[in-house]
Amino acid sequence: MFSRKRPFRTLLRSRSQDAPVRSGRGVFTRRALVVMAVQAGVLGALGRRLYNIQTVEGDHLRQLAERNRTSKRLLAPARGTVHDRFGVALADNKVSWRALLMPEETTDIASVIERFAQIVPLDEHDRARIERDLKHVHKYVPVTLHEFLSWDDMARIELNAPSLPGVLVDVGSTRLYPFQDLTAHIVGYVAPPNEDDVAKDTTLSLPGMRVGRAGIEQTQESVLRGDPGSVEMEVNALGRVIGEIDRVEGQQGEDVRLTLDVGLQSKVLERLGDRVASSVVMDCRNGEVLAMVSTPSFDPSLFDSGVSHAQWNEWANDPRTPLVDKAVSGLYPPGSTFKPAVAMGALKAGAVTPQDRFNCPGYFDMGGVRFHCWNKWGHGMINMREALKFSCDVYFYEVARRCGMDPIKAVGNAMGLGVKLDIELPHVRAGVIPTPEWRQQHGFHWNGGDTVNAGIGQGFVQVTPLALATYVSRIASGRNVQPHLIRATNDQISGLASLDAAPAVDIPQEHLNVVRAGMFAVVNEQRGTAPKARLDLPDVQMAGKTGSAQVRRVSRALRESGHFNSMSLPWEYRPHALFICFAPYDDPRYAVSVVVEHGNAGADEAAPLAKQIMTDTLLRDPSNQSRPPGQTVAQAEPEQG
Amino acid sequence: MNTFGFLKSDKRLLRAEPDFRPMARLLQVNWLYVLLVCLLAGVGYVALYSAGGGSAKPFAGPQMVRFGFGLVMMIAVALVSPRILRIMAVPVYLLSILLLGLVLRMGHVGKGAERWINLAGMQFQPSEFAKIGLILMLATWFHRIGNERMGNPLRLIMPAILTLLPVVLVLKEPNLGTATIIGVIGATLFFAAGMRLWQIVLLVAPIPFLGKFIYGHLHDYQKARIDTFLHPEHDPLGAGYNIIQSKIALGSGGMWGEGYLHGSQGQLNFLPEKQTDFIFTMIGEEWGFAGGIAVIGLLTTLTLGGMLIAMRSRNQFGRLLGLGIAMDFFLYCAVNLSMVMGAIPVGGVPLPLISYGGSAMLTMMFGFGLLMSAWVHRNERDPGFEDEDD
Repeated sequence: MFSRKRPFRTLLRSRSQDAPVRSGRGVFTRRALVVMAVQAGVLGALGRRLYNIQTVEGDHLRQLAERNRTSKRLLAPARGTVHDRFGVALADNKVSWRALLMPEETTDIASVIERFAQIVPLDEHDRARIERDLKHVHKYVPVTLHEFLSWDDMARIELNAPSLPGVLVDVGSTRLYPFQDLTAHIVGYVAPPNEDDVAKDTTLSLPGMRVGRAGIEQTQESVLRGDPGSVEMEVNALGRVIGEIDRVEGQQGEDVRLTLDVGLQSKVLERLGDRVASSVVMDCRNGEVLAMVSTPSFDPSLFDSGVSHAQWNEWANDPRTPLVDKAVSGLYPPGSTFKPAVAMGALKAGAVTPQDRFNCPGYFDMGGVRFHCWNKWGHGMINMREALKFSCDVYFYEVARRCGMDPIKAVGNAMGLGVKLDIELPHVRAGVIPTPEWRQQHGFHWNGGDTVNAGIGQGFVQVTPLALATYVSRIASGRNVQPHLIRATNDQISGLASLDAAPAVDIPQEHLNVVRAGMFAVVNEQRGTAPKARLDLPDVQMAGKTGSAQVRRVSRALRESGHFNSMSLPWEYRPHALFICFAPYDDPRYAVSVVVEHGNAGADEAAPLAKQIMTDTLLRDPSNQSRPPGQTVAQAEPEQG
Repeated sequence: MNTFGFLKSDKRLLRAEPDFRPMARLLQVNWLYVLLVCLLAGVGYVALYSAGGGSAKPFAGPQMVRFGFGLVMMIAVALVSPRILRIMAVPVYLLSILLLGLVLRMGHVGKGAERWINLAGMQFQPSEFAKIGLILMLATWFHRIGNERMGNPLRLIMPAILTLLPVVLVLKEPNLGTATIIGVIGATLFFAAGMRLWQIVLLVAPIPFLGKFIYGHLHDYQKARIDTFLHPEHDPLGAGYNIIQSKIALGSGGMWGEGYLHGSQGQLNFLPEKQTDFIFTMIGEEWGFAGGIAVIGLLTTLTLGGMLIAMRSRNQFGRLLGLGIAMDFFLYCAVNLSMVMGAIPVGGVPLPLISYGGSAMLTMMFGFGLLMSAWVHRNERDPGFEDEDD
């Protein structure tokens, strides 16, 4: 206890000379009592507060509990829309209705569901889900009966409301893709978030939230999504909403405007028809992608509500790979379209000059192996321009042998081949320009024959249609253009829109001119490989390069039998047909690449397609228009649902 | 280890009293106190049974299994001699600091703050462990110094650093609630160990001025961060919302409650975290003020009982150890109850032995084991000292 005489002196005393050595127990006891007093005081005060809350304020609070209580809910923000370069909506939001069932408001749930099914048919999948939801949620939480009701269904439900106790119609939003499969690979699609998404961002658990799963929807997720708002509601003791107190609107997602011209896109799709093919149309002055088609395609709106297993399996097992955007993810050997890159690489390395002539006897022997030219009679003594024009294989075997892979790779990469292009799409593949080091990293030995093969774009060389379009754009404009799809976000035009913003490529002008002249000859001169690509337009000429890429080695025995005809092969063994081109020749504006899978020959299959696509492009001239050619913006709007 | 020279005197003690009879010591355990602890855990079981929607799953059952473990651990620790506890103080303290550092580096994010660490598949909160480590450490330190030398301010520098280290580390997690609790426990131990009043005055007086000075020199964003610490109710869906719901639920309980398993707010999931931080709200709603005040009474009995156990010890180590544990228990209760009743706006502090959670339960039972060790070994005297109040 405290010292009887002078408690404060005792408490304050720091040192006492004559006292025995103390263990501190006395001080401890006194101070522990102080601590205990504080503890008892605090707990007593808390008890008193509890008394106040539970009995004095109790009545008031009880009323709050029984009658009204506020409940805060988050509101899903409207997702930003995607437009083409002329403002035509490619991804839009549509008001949709869904039917909900309040389990607590009905006594006979089964019969209500039956009556509902007579108005809006429910399949087994729906019924199983409803049954599962009913078991798992509390009685005051609504269960979704049917999402995406049509206006008619909604009206019929409202009309039959008296016989459907507990059923109510809720307004939601659906993602709408007016052009469906036409823009599916570019715009992508949205789907309900999965558990991983929700773990990263809890606002995604809000009903109605969607996550971009492909294309622009995926890569521009942060721009399109927006911020959720909130609404504060009065809720009764059973959790039912009775009124709204406060509403904070969220920030709507920003709109994205693409460089695409959906009119041109549909023309390109029309031209490709039912081929398994891909084509990219680019403004070769600034890299704007005007059309990018990959066939076959798929309907993106199916993902919003969830794709059925059967549909998914059909897509996944289709050898024509409808879900893959071949323009950025499809890898093809470039075949002869690679020859301009080989030519520029050799010129830059000084291995050959444009005037050097080599003899083509129709074959090329190296290390005991005979490599054939596509023309078994040979092309004779030819220079670089002629070699490009005839697409002579032997000339480029020789060129590749002389300069080796490194300069070819350097120039190819500078032109956009074998590097990952920074376009606003997911799953963009880089492709490959092989070198001995690359081959060794994969644990193989590089043969001299591999160099020769790469010289004509066969063997290990792989590129995407987008890379080919970029490559031909850079040849045509001499500028290091970057392919891109986004023109503006929320009407703020982003960079690279101006026509000469891109720096010049690292290739001497005279080298480019040799290649351009060769490509001009391919299309416009006698004995060029692609006369079928000659434009029918007055005063406009196109330059291009064909390519036919073998997917299977042709055995010598077959070739020598003299009966070799690739059209007789099964479809999946036929060569791919490729064509790259730009026009007008004297003032390049557009670049086009076309790849037709197993199209057999570039000159016969891809070149005519490229000609038609280029004609369409030149006639529309989307880069120089402010609205779709021949239409007002209002007319260009597709019919809505 | 020679830098911690205070261990020498313990060797002397070891020779003085070679008593190792576990059974005799088992009889010395304060079984009344153990009974009260079991009673509190029983209250927890009943409350968690209700929080689980009238089922032992998923909360009440596992919690009882943990309590069983905890009880065995408590009795086992109670039999450990203070000599051994003092030897273990340094490694335990260092380990707890190490774990705190670790949680900052690779903490598993739970509820926005890095407080959890995954240890062999078990979620583990090192700040709980750090409290025990600090109490052991300070009790050992002050035991070695003795009351006489507390007057020398230089002797207090080291324990001050030992206290601030876990406080700062926990504050960085950031967990203001637990950091404050650790700080207060440390300060109370300084006070009870016999820190001179002039030292206390000198230390406490400049704090308001210092705080103002530092706050004035902070960047705006740092100020904003402190404001969110102090006023979480500004967070629209955060602690403020929880507290409103909690008060409404308590109010609807009234004097006699809505009846066990019939609390509308709790049973309808309007109570957030009703099985952890807000378990007391559930009790108050279903059992009314009568039940709530009974639980507070039980908590008060355990707190003051712990203090009385501490006072009965004849050695400084036992006294400080007991006081530290009792203070820890008290602060848990006080902070949790204040939060539930909306008196202070902090979160993340459970109600000991009642809230669902293994880490807090096991550390608290370990603490009670230490308290019980102080009781069992209360008659071991400090050599060379004389108890003036005997």
